Amino acid sequence: MKAMAMPKVKIGLEIHCQLTSLKTKLFCGCSSDYRGKEPNSLVCPVCLGIPGALPVLNKGAVECAVMAALALNSKMSDRMFFFRKNYYYPDMPKNFQISQYDRAGGVPLAVDGHLYMEVNRKRKKIRISRVHLEEDPGRLIHLGPIDQSPYTLVDYNRAGIALLEIVTEPDLDSPKEARILLQRLRSILEHLEVFDGSLEGAMRCDANISLAGGTRVEVKNISSFKEVERALTFEIIRQKDLLKKGLAVERETRHWDEARRITITLRTKEEEHDYRYFPEPDLVPIVITKDFIGEAKARMPELPEARMQRFTATYGLPQYDSGVLVGDKALADFFERCVKLYNKPKEISNWMMSDLLRYLHENDLELSESKITPQHLVEMIKLIDEEVISGKIAKRVLPEIILTGRRPWQIVEQEGLMKIASREVLEKTVDKVFAENPKAIEDALVDEKAVHFLVGQIMKKTKGKADPKLANRVIRERLQSIKQ
Amino acid sequence: MSKTRELTAEEIVGKMRSKEMTAEECATSIFERIHEVENEVHAFVTLMEGEALEKAREIDEKALKGENLGRLAGVPIAVKDIICTKGIRTTCSSHMLESFIPPYDATVIERIKREDAVIIGKTNMDEFAMGSTTETSYFGPTRNPWDLSRVPGGSSGGSGAAIAADETILAFGSDTGGSIRCPASYCSTVGIKTTYGLVSRFGLIAYANSLEQIGPMAKNVYDCALLLSVIAGYDPRDSTSVRMPPRDYTSFLKNGVKGFKIGVPKEFFGEGTSEAVKKLIWKAIHKLEELGATFEETSLPSLEYALPTYYIIAMSEASSNLARYDGLRYGYRIDRNDADWSTVYSKNRRVGFGAEVRRRIILGTYALSAGYYNKYYLKALKIRTLIQRDFESAFQRFDVIVGPTMPIPPFKIGEKIQDPLAIYMCDIDTVPVNLAGLPAISIPCGFVEGLPIGMQIMAPPFREDIMLQVAYTFEKNTTYKDRKPPLK
Amino acid sequence: MKKRRISKKEVEHIAWLARIELSEEEKDLFTGQFDDILRFFEKIDETDTERVPPTYHVLDLVNVYREDEVSASLPIEEALKNAPKKERRFLKAPRIV
Repeated sequence: MKAMAMPKVKIGLEIHCQLTSLKTKLFCGCSSDYRGKEPNSLVCPVCLGIPGALPVLNKGAVECAVMAALALNSKMSDRMFFFRKNYYYPDMPKNFQISQYDRAGGVPLAVDGHLYMEVNRKRKKIRISRVHLEEDPGRLIHLGPIDQSPYTLVDYNRAGIALLEIVTEPDLDSPKEARILLQRLRSILEHLEVFDGSLEGAMRCDANISLAGGTRVEVKNISSFKEVERALTFEIIRQKDLLKKGLAVERETRHWDEARRITITLRTKEEEHDYRYFPEPDLVPIVITKDFIGEAKARMPELPEARMQRFTATYGLPQYDSGVLVGDKALADFFERCVKLYNKPKEISNWMMSDLLRYLHENDLELSESKITPQHLVEMIKLIDEEVISGKIAKRVLPEIILTGRRPWQIVEQEGLMKIASREVLEKTVDKVFAENPKAIEDALVDEKAVHFLVGQIMKKTKGKADPKLANRVIRERLQSIKQ
Repeated sequence: MSKTRELTAEEIVGKMRSKEMTAEECATSIFERIHEVENEVHAFVTLMEGEALEKAREIDEKALKGENLGRLAGVPIAVKDIICTKGIRTTCSSHMLESFIPPYDATVIERIKREDAVIIGKTNMDEFAMGSTTETSYFGPTRNPWDLSRVPGGSSGGSGAAIAADETILAFGSDTGGSIRCPASYCSTVGIKTTYGLVSRFGLIAYANSLEQIGPMAKNVYDCALLLSVIAGYDPRDSTSVRMPPRDYTSFLKNGVKGFKIGVPKEFFGEGTSEAVKKLIWKAIHKLEELGATFEETSLPSLEYALPTYYIIAMSEASSNLARYDGLRYGYRIDRNDADWSTVYSKNRRVGFGAEVRRRIILGTYALSAGYYNKYYLKALKIRTLIQRDFESAFQRFDVIVGPTMPIPPFKIGEKIQDPLAIYMCDIDTVPVNLAGLPAISIPCGFVEGLPIGMQIMAPPFREDIMLQVAYTFEKNTTYKDRKPPLK
Repeated sequence: MKKRRISKKEVEHIAWLARIELSEEEKDLFTGQFDDILRFFEKIDETDTERVPPTYHVLDLVNVYREDEVSASLPIEEALKNAPKKERRFLKAPRIV
C-alpha cells in the first residue's frame, strides 16, 4: 500500500480584533467596557437596533484603523464606504452588519498589505488581502453545545463594538503557523496601543483550510491562539481521514466546538452566503487624506520590527532573543523597565527568556496575570550578583515571586536560602560528604569528574545554598592534603 | 368668531401670546372635534387626550408665570405613526409593531416639545409607509374627509385627513416617494418634502433611508413654514443631516413672483394624467403668469424611468431595513417553542406583515441578490444620477419646476388596492423629487367635482425659500385653502 | 404565451432568502404579481447607463464623525421593555439549529 504523502495544507485566516483602546462602540456612545457587566446594560437604541435609530461613526476608530493598516504595510484607500452585510442571526440587532466590502462599488479601508513572522528561525512573509472596520455582533449563550440547545439567550452588550477585520491570503502552511501569525498580529496591534490581547474574546478568527489543493472548508468560532492550533489540527485530521476513505471533502462552513474539541456542521438551511451587499445609506463616505495619514504615521508608537532592531543594537541582544521579547509587548515593556532599573540587559534577557517564560507557558499564564514586577526581577538578579544567593536558588525563588508577588529578599530570608559562604559551615558539610562517599574520594584523587560529583553532593546536602566556588576550593584542598 | 379648531397655528400662537386663549381650551376644542368625526374619518391610530391636556396645562402654567412661550405654543400636532414618540406606542400601522413603545423621542419630537407644541395623537398610515392610499394599514383605511368613500392618499393619509377634518392644526408626515405630497393633494392641504438631509431622520422608522424625509403638513403655507423652521437643521445623531444653520422659513413668505421662471416638464403630463387635472394645473400656471412669472414647457427625459427606478431602490433598502423585525428585541412574536430560529423568524414575518410589505421585502431581496444586483439595484442608482443631472440642468434655466402632484383625483377606497402596479402608478409625479433629493411642496390648486387637486412646486436643493415664496404667492391670490370638506 | 420573468420556484427561493413564509395561495398570487412588476422594472433596460456613475448618496457629505466619548446607555428595564420573551436579563430566542 502506497504511503500517504503529506498533503499540502493551505490556510487563510479572517481575524477579528476589537479596537479595545476605544472608549465607545463603533456607531454609538455606549461604553465599550462590557466584560463582566450585567447583560443588556450597555445598550442604546442604536446598538440595540431599535427602529428609527441611526449610526454615527466613531472618529477614534478610523484613527486606530488607519494606524493598523499602515503597520500592516497596506495600501490605504483614499475614500472608503460602509456596506451592509445582510444575514439573519439572533446576535445581529438589525439582522444586517455594517461592514465594508471590496466589490460592487465597495471600497474597504486598505488592501494588499503584509507582515513578517518567524517560523523555525526563518522569516516568512504573510500577505494581507484586506483590512477593514465593522461592528461586532452580540453574544449568544446556549444550554450545552450549539446544536443541542433548546433555546438561545442573547446579550447585546458586545453588539456594536468596533472590530478591525484582517484577512490573510492562504499563505499559512500549518496550524502552528496560524498560531504564530495571530501572536505576531497581536504584538503589532498591542505596540500600536489600539488593542489589548489579554482581554477575553478580543481576538477571534475564522479559518479557511484546504488540503492538497482540494475543497476549501471554513471553520468559524475560533476564539484564541491555542484554539486556532487545536481547531485546525482537528480539521486536518478530519479531512485526511475522509480522503483516506476515498470520500469527498464537502465545501461547507463548520463550527469549532471548544468544549468538545471538534468541528461540526451546523445543519441549518442557511448555506446561502448571499449577503446582498449594498452601500449603507445611513453613513457617508470617509475620505482619508494624505494629511490624516501623515498625522497617523507621526503618532504611531514604535512597532515590533523597529523595536527588535533597537534591542539588538542598543542592548546587544542576539536577534532571536530580541524577536522573542518583542513578540509579546508586555514582555518587551517589562524587559525595558528592568534594564532602566539595572543595566544588565543580557542577564535580564536570559532570565526572562528561560525561566520566566517557561514558567508562564507551563502554567498557562499571561505576564499580566502573574504577580512579578520589574522591581522583583531586578532585585533577584542583584542578589545573585552580590553573591547572596546562587543561581540555582534563584531558579527556586523565581516561581515563588511569580505566584505570590513577595519580594525576593523576603523569600530568601524567610526560607533561609542565603548562600553558605562561611567556610566553617562548609567544612562541616564537606566532612559529612567525605565520610559518606569513600569510594568517590579515591576516584577524585585521579578523576576530575569525581570532583564534580563531590561538589554536587555538597550542593545537594546544602539544598543548593553552598557557594559552589568555595565548595570546590575546600574539596580540592582536602583532596590535596589526603594525597600528601 | 371661528371655532378654535378652525384657527391656524399662526393664529393660535398669537392668541396664546396675547393671552386670549389657553392651551387647554385649544386642546379641548380639538378633542371635541375628534370625537365628532373620528369614527368616520379614522385618521388616528392612537389618541393622546390625557397626555395632551396635561401638556396643555403645563404650557398654561408657563404662560401664567410670564415665562417665554415657544414658537408653537399650544398648537395641537398630530404625528404620523412612523415617528418615534417616547412612551407612546408607535406602530407604523403594522401588526408587527402594534405594541411597540419606543424608549426615545425622535429629534423632531424633541424639537416641537421644546417649542411648547401639544401632541394629540399618532396618525394612521400605509403599513411601514408602503402605499399611496393608507389602505394597507393594519388598522383599516383612513377616509378622505372630502368624500368618505374615497382614499385620502398615502402613506401619510391619516395626517392629511386629520388636517382636512380639523382634527388637528399641524401634522407630521414622512415622504419617501410622495407620501406627504400625495395626501396633501388629496385632502387639500399643504405638505412639504424638504431637501434630503435638511430634517433629521433620527427617530423616523426607516422604509427607504436614501429617499425619505420627515415633513410638515398644515392648512396653509405659513403654518408649514413655521413647523419647518422648528424641525429643520443639523442633528449630530443623523450622519446624513446637513450642517445648515437654523432659519426662519416664514421670513421667505413674500407675496410676489415677478421675474420667476417656471419650468413645466411634459413628462408630468403623460398619458396617465386625467384631463381634468391637466386643466387645473395649467390654470394654476397661468395664474402664476398673471402674477408676474414666466413659464416654459420643457423636458426631463430621464423622468420616464423614474418610477421603476424609485421602486427598485426603495424596495431594496426596505428589504434590509425591515430585516430587524424578528420579534426578539421588540415587536410581534408568534408562540412557537418547537421550531428553530429561521423557521420562527419566517413565520413571524408572515403573520406580522401585511401583503404589500411582504411583497416589497421579497422583491427588494430579489433586486439585491447575487446575479441581479447589477441588473436592478446598480442600474437604478445610475438612472438616479441621470435624473439628478436632468434636474440640475433644468434649474440652470428655471427657478422652480411645476406640475401636478397626482395624475388623477382621489379614487374610491378598494378601487385599485388589488393591483399593486396600479397603486405604484400613482407616484409617477412625486418620486423624481425623492430620487434627486430635492425640496417640493404640494398646495391646493382646485377641485374636480368636489375632489381636491394639488399642484407641486419643486426647487433646487436647499432652496426651500424660492419654493415657499411661489407657493405663498399662489395661495395669497387664490381661495382654495378656504374651502372646507362637507363633514359635519 | 408571454414569457414568465419569474417562476414559482424562484419566488419560493427568494421568499426563503427574505425569511418570509408564504402560503401556497400566496405563492401563486405573488408569482403572478411579481411577473407584472418585474416587467415594469425592465423599463430601465431601455436607457443606456454605460458611462454613468451610480449615485450612492444624493448629498456631497463626507467624514461625518462623533468623538470617542461615552454617553449614557439605556436603563436595563427600558432596553428590555419591548422584548416579548426574556429570561433573567437576557433576551430569549429560539434555538439556532
